[in-house]
Amino acid sequence: MADKAGPDKDGYFGEYGGQYVPETLMAPLAELTRAYDKARKRRAFQRELQTLLADYAGRPTPLYHAKRLSAELGGAQIYLKREDLLHTGAHKLNNALGQALLARGMGKARVIAETGAGQHGVATATAAALLGLECTVYMGEEDMRRQRPNVHRMRLLGAEVAAVDSGSRTLKDAINEALRDWVTHVRHTHYILGSVLGPEPYPRMVRDFHLVIGQEATRQLKRLTGRRWPDLAIACVGGGSNALGLFSAFSARPEVRLIGVEAGGTGTGLGQHAARFQGGRLGVLHGTRTYVLQDDEGQIATTHSVSAGLDYPAIGPELALLHDLGRVEYTTASDAEAVAAFHTLARGEGILPALESAHALAEAFRRAPNLAPDRLILVNLSGRGDKDLESVREYDLATATAAEAEEE
Amino acid sequence: MNRIDEAFARCASEKRAAFVAFIMAGDPDLTTTLVLIEALLEGGADVIELGVPFSDPIADGPVNQRSAVRALTSGTRLAGVLDLVARARRRWQVPIVLFSYFNPILAQGVGEFAARAAASGVDGVLCLDLPPEEAVPEFVDALAAEQLAPIFLLAPTSTKSRIRRVDELAQGFVYYVSRTGVTGDRAELAPELIRETKALRRRLHHPLAVGFGISTPDQVAAVGAVADGVVVGSALVRLIEEHGGAAAGPLATAVRELSEPLRQKKKGWFRR
Ligand SMILES: Cc1ncc(COP(=O)(O)O)c(C=O)c1O
Repeated sequence: MADKAGPDKDGYFGEYGGQYVPETLMAPLAELTRAYDKARKRRAFQRELQTLLADYAGRPTPLYHAKRLSAELGGAQIYLKREDLLHTGAHKLNNALGQALLARGMGKARVIAETGAGQHGVATATAAALLGLECTVYMGEEDMRRQRPNVHRMRLLGAEVAAVDSGSRTLKDAINEALRDWVTHVRHTHYILGSVLGPEPYPRMVRDFHLVIGQEATRQLKRLTGRRWPDLAIACVGGGSNALGLFSAFSARPEVRLIGVEAGGTGTGLGQHAARFQGGRLGVLHGTRTYVLQDDEGQIATTHSVSAGLDYPAIGPELALLHDLGRVEYTTASDAEAVAAFHTLARGEGILPALESAHALAEAFRRAPNLAPDRLILVNLSGRGDKDLESVREYDLATATAAEAEEE
Repeated sequence: MNRIDEAFARCASEKRAAFVAFIMAGDPDLTTTLVLIEALLEGGADVIELGVPFSDPIADGPVNQRSAVRALTSGTRLAGVLDLVARARRRWQVPIVLFSYFNPILAQGVGEFAARAAASGVDGVLCLDLPPEEAVPEFVDALAAEQLAPIFLLAPTSTKSRIRRVDELAQGFVYYVSRTGVTGDRAELAPELIRETKALRRRLHHPLAVGFGISTPDQVAAVGAVADGVVVGSALVRLIEEHGGAAAGPLATAVRELSEPLRQKKKGWFRR
């Protein structure tokens, strides 16, 4: 992880990564790579970003000991890294601010983004408003329906939200459309990709902008517990940005078990989930070589998750390598388990988590009872659940109706 | 000399640019595609570019996207496309270039794909999301082993060093993307296109075909005056969308009208 695990100079993490894009984007990617590598070493850039993260976005975010729930579960102590308290309500702003500064530095007057849950779209629209950049966000129609509040937020922030009606009308299709926009307007537009996906340099750049999550958490853990390292670190994995932001802090600490939670959806059949390590194979999607959910003939599969932010058929290349190395263990939480965890945290601690983050919580709640009370579980609470109130209500209503029908 | 080189050499001897026709294999179904290839030939196409439908065509505009959806819905996959080429090859000697995204090829296995494609009678392969950096060594070597031509794209954003690299690696011809953007017809050509094409053609040792957005006889005439080949895609795919199984007649007529300026404007043809 971080600098040590790569990528190599061609953008590969082991056999994953690369730059699988049309020729038109190759020179712009080289320009972006140069700009990023220059900016990240420049003190002025880092200082401006730090200042914004602190004074504008609200970093550091708290580390919170969920005492009541930990006691109730009767096992390990659960600590929540509160990215839900970051301005705009999710970790996504760390990256959006970093890339928006970079875009301005490169002289690009316009930024575009894709969004699934709407959190990356809101973060990008926010950063664009802050820096005076024109902004268009691509979002699948299905996601616009289920994450409606975020659509309003983006528009209020001055962004154009472009509805995508192709394919499964979710995150994958939004990325397709954002790439088409970028290839067309590449001379004056920067594409703010929202996860550790896509062609080099995106996977490492997006990761780097999120390293602050794990760096803060280890410091805060030390202060709260006297220990710097948890026994377990758990994060949900869509593309993998919140997971790498947390996990990278433990790259030199093999004793910390790292657990990535994928969306188990409604079942194990292709199309029913978004668990790339349960049925995914080596493939190429959206510029990167990685594990991809696909059929036998290389057509990309549709996916399902109650959480729009995890509903995507590929995974970041670095996380694919960490899987093969056995460094990160992967598991899934189903729609039902995620919604249950949402309720548990709401009632048990007074926090409404994003449905994405609820997948990580579900795994923490599963494991905690089997561990001794002096064990520490660190969970990345990547976002807040305001956007999901409607999804949760719909889900609960549907299950209640199904249960009633069963009784009759 | 392979079929692609022969076709461009023949057109050059006739002092004209080649007409390269793109359609999506399997739209509306593979059996019809065979009939449509015949229509393209009847209309005067010199090279056939056959699209392999893919679920997530990031370099394509709406017309080709919808075409891919129809092809996938009719059950078309890479293996079926290769069978179709084999059937076409029994009847015609026209060069056939596959126009694909990388994932279906990777899923089949690059070596396996190259062997099957060659056995079917494919002449060249253009992989839209496989720039030279990723095509070397595995993909290029696999094609070379089967004497298939790797076709690469160049774009208005390509730097001098990229142009040189593509010229070194390419065989058959080089495909210039007429403007930054996705496939699809447009009302007008990019203003710099003619100048850029002339300049690029002087740098290359391979024939240069220009495509993306060329859809009228006038545009074909303008580009054909300065390039070795003109690619028309979405304008033909649109006809298939309109006429479906009955597209053969309109397609032949359209190709005849679109390629006519190439046959007429011999004097304006730009010499190397
Ligand atoms: C709150 C939240 N968590 C997690 C994710 C998943 O993305 P990633 O895996 O990149 O962290 C999203 C994506 O939209 C999100 O909004």
